[in-house]
Amino acid sequence: MYLRKTILATGVAISALATASFAHAEPTAEVLHWWTSGGEAKAVAALKEDFEANGGKWVDSPVAGGGGDAAMTVLRSRVLSGDAPAAVQLKGPAIQDWAEQGALADLNDVAEAEGWDKVIPPAIQNVMKYEGDYVAVPVNIHRIDWIWANPALLAKVGATEVPKSWDEFNALADKLKAAGITPIAHGGQPWQDATIFETVVLGLGGPEFFQKAMVDLDEDALKSDTMKAVFDQMRKIRGYVDADFPGRDWNLATAMVMNGEAAMQIMGDWAKGEFLAAGKVPGKDFICSAAPSDNGYLFNVDSFAMFNVSGDDKVAGQKLLAELIVGQKFQETFNLLKGSIPARLGVPLDKFDDCAKKSEADLLAAQDAGGFLPSMAHGMALRGHLSGAIVDVVTAHFNSDMSSDEAVSRLVEAVELAKD
Amino acid sequence: MGASQSTESNLTASIQRHLSKIVVAPSFAASLFFVYGFILWTGYMAFSKSRMLPVWDWAGLRQYERLWQMERWHVAIENLLVFGGLFIVTCLIIGCLLAVLLDQRIRAEGVLRTIFLYPMALSFIVTGTVWKWLLNPGLGLESMMHDLGWTSFKFDWLVNSDMAIYTVVIAAVWQASGFVMAMFLAALRGVDQDIIRAAYMDGASLPRIYFGIIIPSIRPVFLSAIVVLAHLAVKSFDLVIALTGGGPGYASDLPATFMYTMAFQRNQLGIGAASAMMMLATVMAIIVPYLYSELRGGKKNG
Repeated sequence: MYLRKTILATGVAISALATASFAHAEPTAEVLHWWTSGGEAKAVAALKEDFEANGGKWVDSPVAGGGGDAAMTVLRSRVLSGDAPAAVQLKGPAIQDWAEQGALADLNDVAEAEGWDKVIPPAIQNVMKYEGDYVAVPVNIHRIDWIWANPALLAKVGATEVPKSWDEFNALADKLKAAGITPIAHGGQPWQDATIFETVVLGLGGPEFFQKAMVDLDEDALKSDTMKAVFDQMRKIRGYVDADFPGRDWNLATAMVMNGEAAMQIMGDWAKGEFLAAGKVPGKDFICSAAPSDNGYLFNVDSFAMFNVSGDDKVAGQKLLAELIVGQKFQETFNLLKGSIPARLGVPLDKFDDCAKKSEADLLAAQDAGGFLPSMAHGMALRGHLSGAIVDVVTAHFNSDMSSDEAVSRLVEAVELAKD
Repeated sequence: MGASQSTESNLTASIQRHLSKIVVAPSFAASLFFVYGFILWTGYMAFSKSRMLPVWDWAGLRQYERLWQMERWHVAIENLLVFGGLFIVTCLIIGCLLAVLLDQRIRAEGVLRTIFLYPMALSFIVTGTVWKWLLNPGLGLESMMHDLGWTSFKFDWLVNSDMAIYTVVIAAVWQASGFVMAMFLAALRGVDQDIIRAAYMDGASLPRIYFGIIIPSIRPVFLSAIVVLAHLAVKSFDLVIALTGGGPGYASDLPATFMYTMAFQRNQLGIGAASAMMMLATVMAIIVPYLYSELRGGKKNG
């Protein structure tokens, strides 16, 4: 512990010396991210343009691979050597982890000047703040608990909309299955199994139960009968997916819904991008509907954490970047490209599609009802080792014939083990 | 004049004497630091409380305790035993058989040898991806059989949690058995032809000659092959990642993929280090007796 701090301090001192000579250069920010393909890459390019138009010098550090694992490995070594990038794509409790190490910069002055407290939803502020200080900035809000449906297939069994309760959902899925239609398009990867799982937890247990079980890891909630019912429902859903689901990527599952090979997919709203890219129209070619729940809304917020940098140019660059990211203009451009909605409330949504408008309307309703909750499967609610322990159990249950009782007892055990 | 000449020649001589050491020194130093240094460091990490960043706080055997309490680690270890055992045995049998068959002075031996050895030239990632397509019930073998009219054909090991690890065995055997064949073939060619001819004279049948004379005489090759295959099995990572992604669920996890998940995805450096040390111990258990017997044998010969 002590030694590491010494290393950190020495590193910072060295990089301070190295940068001192450039002290009066233009605002510079090095951005470490793994948005390197498709809409995400365009979204980053939009930020870069905006930053450069405001006089900044952008140093791009893309590290692709492993859904950010590679970037995190780079980040670790950069921080240990005292040369952290100014802004790093980082989300959820990982922000708190780095803040605890004392590696993150304080953004309170920008936050005050820009009035972030008023425009960022409080639940997201909690994620961005460490001990009351802003250390990161949100770029978007993805909703997890969506059902994407093919209306033509639903019509074949006489349904016009996505069910509003899980009982109706099961009834509809049974009907579809009887009619020879695969009810659910699913990719058997642990995170996708977990995406369905948390949607079911929210749906069957309600927001309060979700908070207790998936955020607070309350033991009574984890071993409750509600949790057993959740695993029962997972077993049912297992019967609704086709035989070839293991290992399939999520976008291929989305394509199944698009091409009429399966009726519905439970997936976050990045699935929308696939539909839109194929020229499909929401409401006509596909339906976006919230998965059944009592005013629940699971959010997945991407953000940039601001690391301690030294040198006036770098500090100025960092502050400029933070200001721009939360600014209306960037929030609009970025989220139009990424398929999510702005993390800042009150951005006009005229250019957005109907699904995005519904997302924000639901967000406001959920916020009032206390159902605006962080996603467990996407690393917003829990630290990696805790959510990993839950995901292990969920995926082991989904891919075997484990009973719900056993799944619940394993869940309690795994969480207990991961906690200490 | 004379004195300086002699120092010069002394210098040249000493450089010549130490040239081999000087040339080897950098790589020796590098491997000392980057291999053995980091083994020691990982060993220490396994006793520390490290999670996201390496820390030096002592945690005793706690990480090992947690490791062995994890259901997933047990799955990984069982998979390693199944995979390693089947992989080594099948490779030896197939490799030995191919070598014996190729050894019959057949025509086009060179072509066949190349064909069998070729998979070794591929990277495990490629093998894994190709076999993933072949074994996927919706894309590969099963769907082809269905298209040909054999609709009851079922081969869903890749998507079946109980069988997924065997698909890894299939792909790995496909890749490595040609290499084992090459090792055996070289050894077979080295067997003294006079003994074989003598056995012929005595009227021994061909199988008898192989089982009684040739195979016992190439026993050292078996040992080398087992050591090579065993360490391939313990460290195999990319094949599983490409073929099954460790799935369905974590049903085909191996220690190496487990270690990666813990250390790089879940911020559990301590447990990751502990599992790495367990893997090292497994490899040592195989390599050390082998090296011991080799080195002792060398002394005897020398």
